[in-house]
Amino acid sequence: MTAEYHRPTTDLKDTLVRAALWIFPMAILALAALLVYELLGLSVEARAKFGWAFLSSKEWDPSIEDFGALPYIYGTVVTSVLALVFSLPLGLGAAIFLSELAPRGIADAITFIIQLLAAVPSVIYGLLATFLMVPLLRSTINPFLKQYLGFLPIFSGPSYGVSFLAAGLILAIMVLPLIISISREALLTVPADQREAALALGATKWEATWQVVVPYARLGITGSVFLALARALGETMAVTMVIGNTPQISESLLAPGYSIAAVIANEFGEANGLHLSALITLGLVLLGLTVLINGVARLLIAASNRGQGKAR
Amino acid sequence: MDVAIKIPTFSSTPTGAPATQAARTKLSARGINFYYGNFQALHGITLDIPEFRITSLIGPSGCGKSTFLRTLNRMHETIRGTRLNGEVILDGENALAMNVTMLRRRIGMVFQKPNPFPKSIFENVAYGLRVNGLASRATLADSVEKSLRRAALWEEVKDILDRSANALSGGQQQRLCIARALAVDPEVLLLDEPSSALDPIATGKIEELLFELKKSCTIVIVTHNMQQAARIADETGFFLMGKLIEFDKAPVIFTNPSKKETEDYITGRFG
Amino acid sequence: MKRYFIRRTINGFMLALTGLCTLTAVSLLLVILGFLVYNGAASLSWNFLTQLPKPTGETGGGFANAIVGSAELVLLATLIGSPIGFLAGVYLSEFSGGRFAFLVRYVTDILNGVPSIVMGLFAYTLIVVPMKGFSVIAGAVALSVIFIPLAVRTTEQFLQAVPQSLREGALALGATKWKSVATVVIPAASRGILTGMMLGVARIAGETAPLLFTSANNQFWSSSFSQPVASLPAMIYKNAISPYKDLHSQAWAAGLLLLGLVLTINIAGRMILARNSK
Repeated sequence: MTAEYHRPTTDLKDTLVRAALWIFPMAILALAALLVYELLGLSVEARAKFGWAFLSSKEWDPSIEDFGALPYIYGTVVTSVLALVFSLPLGLGAAIFLSELAPRGIADAITFIIQLLAAVPSVIYGLLATFLMVPLLRSTINPFLKQYLGFLPIFSGPSYGVSFLAAGLILAIMVLPLIISISREALLTVPADQREAALALGATKWEATWQVVVPYARLGITGSVFLALARALGETMAVTMVIGNTPQISESLLAPGYSIAAVIANEFGEANGLHLSALITLGLVLLGLTVLINGVARLLIAASNRGQGKAR
Repeated sequence: MDVAIKIPTFSSTPTGAPATQAARTKLSARGINFYYGNFQALHGITLDIPEFRITSLIGPSGCGKSTFLRTLNRMHETIRGTRLNGEVILDGENALAMNVTMLRRRIGMVFQKPNPFPKSIFENVAYGLRVNGLASRATLADSVEKSLRRAALWEEVKDILDRSANALSGGQQQRLCIARALAVDPEVLLLDEPSSALDPIATGKIEELLFELKKSCTIVIVTHNMQQAARIADETGFFLMGKLIEFDKAPVIFTNPSKKETEDYITGRFG
Repeated sequence: MKRYFIRRTINGFMLALTGLCTLTAVSLLLVILGFLVYNGAASLSWNFLTQLPKPTGETGGGFANAIVGSAELVLLATLIGSPIGFLAGVYLSEFSGGRFAFLVRYVTDILNGVPSIVMGLFAYTLIVVPMKGFSVIAGAVALSVIFIPLAVRTTEQFLQAVPQSLREGALALGATKWKSVATVVIPAASRGILTGMMLGVARIAGETAPLLFTSANNQFWSSSFSQPVASLPAMIYKNAISPYKDLHSQAWAAGLLLLGLVLTINIAGRMILARNSK
């Protein structure tokens, strides 16, 4: 009998539908390419004039057309790192509680509430930061810090309430749900027999959790940290309302500062020419930063999912 | 070689074409070689499936019987990286060259786990008719009823046709899937371990209805349950490691097989 | 024995500490809600919902135009973004495989992570510059670019969740590929996809940054799609940073409204999804 290689026949309509649908994912690729293209295009003026020195220059003066990104990069990084410093212990602690220690019903209910926290629009956080947190900082917390820890350079200088600290705090609250939910998922995918093995050897519940389960989930937890970082870097509204909008580099957390997103938000509406181009260059820097950090985060989370067994 | 397997008989004795009468060949496979990527899953399968009979394919897990079944209605084409050599002939026509949706109208399939669509019972049965353009307003309801009767499900669902198919029990869902497959009036019905997920009573109901169906439809059933094959099959093929070891009348396979591997499997020495 | 006692104490302490962390996280939401309700409800008045803003300095007025403006922007953005996102998701899940799908997914994920203010910049360069002015269209485009990756992801997710056996069942009955997708797979996933889109709508309804220099703001009703328009988030922002107590209370009221809307959609959506998966 003849042996033939049989190709599956496809219907004409199937091919047509497939071709028609193909346009849409291509549109998305085109969109992404267009985004980079436009940003590169409108930033060329500033990039040509300042070159890489843009990133290290401290001056930002629209009247003499001298622009430098350093104060904004500084502010963005400082507030984001501050946000992580506050939210990581809190978030990890909550994630551990929800995945290891709390009974299932309560954990589910609380997780639901945390997910709602993640959905709160940033301008609402800004409202609360402006009318609640900043007055609180100005009247109570900052004086307290200055009184007992004022010898530390990070708490030196005058305090007005609006500051790196205020921005860092509100960012911490905003990224907290992200750290909790992703760390919790990472912890839940740790195979049960890991924990059981530790317990069987006589470890306390906490020891088993902290010394066995959490290290096993470290990839996913680190991924959540990077995701939170990316989110904090790009956050605009809440930060711009409480950071003080002063382009300066200060070692004190109580001093006002500025972030990339904040300066774009504040100055873009009225800017033109070189000023506009400089702002767009800042946008490009922000884009590059967040894309990079997000990329690392996703790699970590993918690696974490690959390595683990079934979720409990 | 004389092995002892009791072949229980059905309470309802079959009428119609007596099993002794020679049946013409409905569907045949010639030299089927099948590859998943580089792995060869089927080696030179050649067999003839007689019309209006129940042909069963038996063998241990992973022997290729389900893979072979799926080549008959070209379901293997839905998976990437598969290759098929050889011929499949339906009523003298080359099944591999004809329009695949036409082929699948003529050869229907019922799967191992019941897979009703998340639609109403009526819409499930009507789906094949609609999609093949066979549903005219006047005849649709009649066709649906006819299929449900053939699948021995009509009495149980005639008052709840608008309910979701998921409301039915596992056994009922499987009979619904059979009704759905029958709605387009296939000439051949392929069943891939149709009762492995069902309890004995549901299994019995399905076996009874297959017995009735074979009067109007050619049936090929894959099963790892030897007793089931012995109960209902007219012809049986034994697969092992991608090869067809033996193909003969069912009573012969189960009482007097000619190959040692077949005998070993039947008597439970492996599998 | 002493060592064991220490370990046990640490154990109990840590348990309590992590519980405290959780309590803190939860109470944050309660604090947010509480303060919004307190300040917002006190200020909420019928005037706010029905009147236009008064000129700066004058008391009274409302933000009715912001409510309508937000509705316009979100509606337009969803209209633009959902077909693109949905159909791209269908293609990725059902009609492609391998490298192209991987690339598109990767790029979609990247787009998902772009800060919303950068999307505003993008819409500015794309729409505001050629049109030489702020407009509803620019704002809607900015929002739709944020919406599209969300729509793609949710569509793909729920289509992938449809069991392969349903696809095979449809194909075995003689349906062509596209028919099986259109009449079986998509309906099976429709509830999840719609809910996912709902959550996406809630997300873009709350976005402020991309609107700042695309749709900007408008003290009056928006007259056409090529004019700037007021929106709830932009209005909240502008009022909150103004020096007038009057406008502050309007910001609280609008904030309460916005948060109420967003949380309602989220709660409803997530509850539907939870029931869907049972």
